[in-house]
Amino acid sequence: MTLRLDKLGVVIAAIVAYAAFLAPFATFRANRIVPGQARSILEALPSMLGMLLLAIVTGAAIVALLRTPLLLRLIAGVVALVALSVLIGVAGGFLTPAGNTFARVSPASGFWLLIFAFTLLLADVLTRLNLSPRARVGVLVLAASAIAALLVSGRWDSLSILKEYAGRADSFWAEASKHVTLALGSLAGAVVVGIPLGILCHRVEKLRAGVLNVLNIIQTIPSIALFGLLIAPLGWVALHVPGAAAVGIRGIGTAPAFVALFLYSLLPVVANTVVGLAGVPRVANDAARGMGMTDRQRLFDVEFPLAFPVILTGIRIVLVQNIGLATIAALIGGGGFGVFVFQGVGQTAMDLVLLGALPTVALAFAAAIILDAVIEMTATKRRVETA
Amino acid sequence: MKAWLPALLRLAVLLLLAVFITSPNWFEPLLKPLTENGAPAIYNQGSLLTLTLQHLRIVLMATVAATIVAVALAILVTRPAGAEFLPLSRSLVNIGQTFPPVAVLALAVPAVGFGEKPTLIALFLYGLLPIFENALTALTNLPGNVMEAARGAGMTGWQRLMKVELPLSAPVILGGIRLSVVISLATATIGSTVAAKTLGEVIIAGLISNNLAFVLQGGLIVAALAVLIYDGLSAIERYAARRMGQRTE
Repeated sequence: MTLRLDKLGVVIAAIVAYAAFLAPFATFRANRIVPGQARSILEALPSMLGMLLLAIVTGAAIVALLRTPLLLRLIAGVVALVALSVLIGVAGGFLTPAGNTFARVSPASGFWLLIFAFTLLLADVLTRLNLSPRARVGVLVLAASAIAALLVSGRWDSLSILKEYAGRADSFWAEASKHVTLALGSLAGAVVVGIPLGILCHRVEKLRAGVLNVLNIIQTIPSIALFGLLIAPLGWVALHVPGAAAVGIRGIGTAPAFVALFLYSLLPVVANTVVGLAGVPRVANDAARGMGMTDRQRLFDVEFPLAFPVILTGIRIVLVQNIGLATIAALIGGGGFGVFVFQGVGQTAMDLVLLGALPTVALAFAAAIILDAVIEMTATKRRVETA
Repeated sequence: MKAWLPALLRLAVLLLLAVFITSPNWFEPLLKPLTENGAPAIYNQGSLLTLTLQHLRIVLMATVAATIVAVALAILVTRPAGAEFLPLSRSLVNIGQTFPPVAVLALAVPAVGFGEKPTLIALFLYGLLPIFENALTALTNLPGNVMEAARGAGMTGWQRLMKVELPLSAPVILGGIRLSVVISLATATIGSTVAAKTLGEVIIAGLISNNLAFVLQGGLIVAALAVLIYDGLSAIERYAARRMGQRTE
């Protein structure tokens, strides 16, 4: 058997070699904002475990480098990621002097690069396995459970980001629920308004260009400006419309954030509804008319089901976009994970930034995978039914 | 609507924008009602013109870098030698798009410090995705008969790339660049939260001091820039498509 090199494996092995032997694995700081000192793998872990980790990542990198069966690559990637995740927690405990509550240990560039390299390996394996939508959601649930288990088990408690969390556990969950409410609530609003508006634009050609142009222009207004611009009109409404203040409409806070996200969400929903309806095959409509269906029946029984996957794609774009944009709501007192990001930037406490950024990225990522799977399932279901 | 009306409208927006950023004080009476307690109506901690130019410069640098890297990568993965990376690069683009710009910006700070650099990195990374995706779509959907003809005419791989594939892909790649520029123009405003000198400074100063006039002028300048650049690039795209003999909507 001749040994052949895998092209992606060469890239992965190069990253691993640099990250494991040259880059710092963890950063130690005497308190949360002073500059840190770099620690390599062997310095950051008890010597046996350090050697073990080096052996594991080297082994996994060799598996990636050579042309090996997919199953072996899958196992190598998973073992390396699990070892890294568990051992970074061990490094936290090992580097923190006993009884010292000020010292902070955080993962350094080497750790993140190793995670990146092996995630790349896994992403490649999963892409090549061509998993069904259900299986992809399964993998997501598995990965989420593994991370949740590590969090609950307390293995990461000695890491700086969780120390930031420990000090703000209550506000973390309050901001988390605000973030999700903002993202999902504005999406719901956009769906309720956007789909009928899209249907209207599809039926009334005169409206179409005008509505889409206005929505396009709204999208080009930078988010912080739109958030800011809504402060005044909503403040006015709160003052002058009876009952508005009572239901929580105010100039600053959640209301302008909600309205801004809603406005940003409209374009993808309306545009995709129009595109989806325009893509309905003419024969389907003719057949429906020939069967004597009324306009309303045709809309709900023929056009809408056929256009659904495209509309769903619009909803996916909106959801992922909203989860990201909701971080900016923090600038106008709207809450959400952005609170930690901007606080962290203000205090130059990067672990606090991560406390806000990592959940946001995780949420957006999970939402994208789940909705992609749903889109694929509705699209294939339809193909099976029509076949 | 008459054909010249949109063009006239754009010209008016452009003129208004130019006058506003060069002599903003002329507009003070218009913006004064939006301020309270005698706060200044026109941004007074720096010149709007300088900030606009700095804003545009940062977007231009990031977009040029992103275009070069994204198109080079797309060419690489569509050659036989790089074909192995094609499926993976597709999933990576998908994953990359789920990263919110604010997160990219905030996470770049620990690596390079505050100021212009993290903004440039975030704009570059975020700008890569739409260009790469469009370049990939264009290069993988070239008309088969044209490629066949190019091969039949005895063109080398390099000649095919330069004389056939890239010119044919140009309109779609330009579409990616346009998306990327519009996203970058908006994201650059957020760069001010990490101390980059952009128009976001004006908006954030307004948010902090509760001065609506600042928020409005900062936001309107960026929005006007975005609309004008978007339209300009759309026109170039249509021109490129016409030259390639393709029909556009």
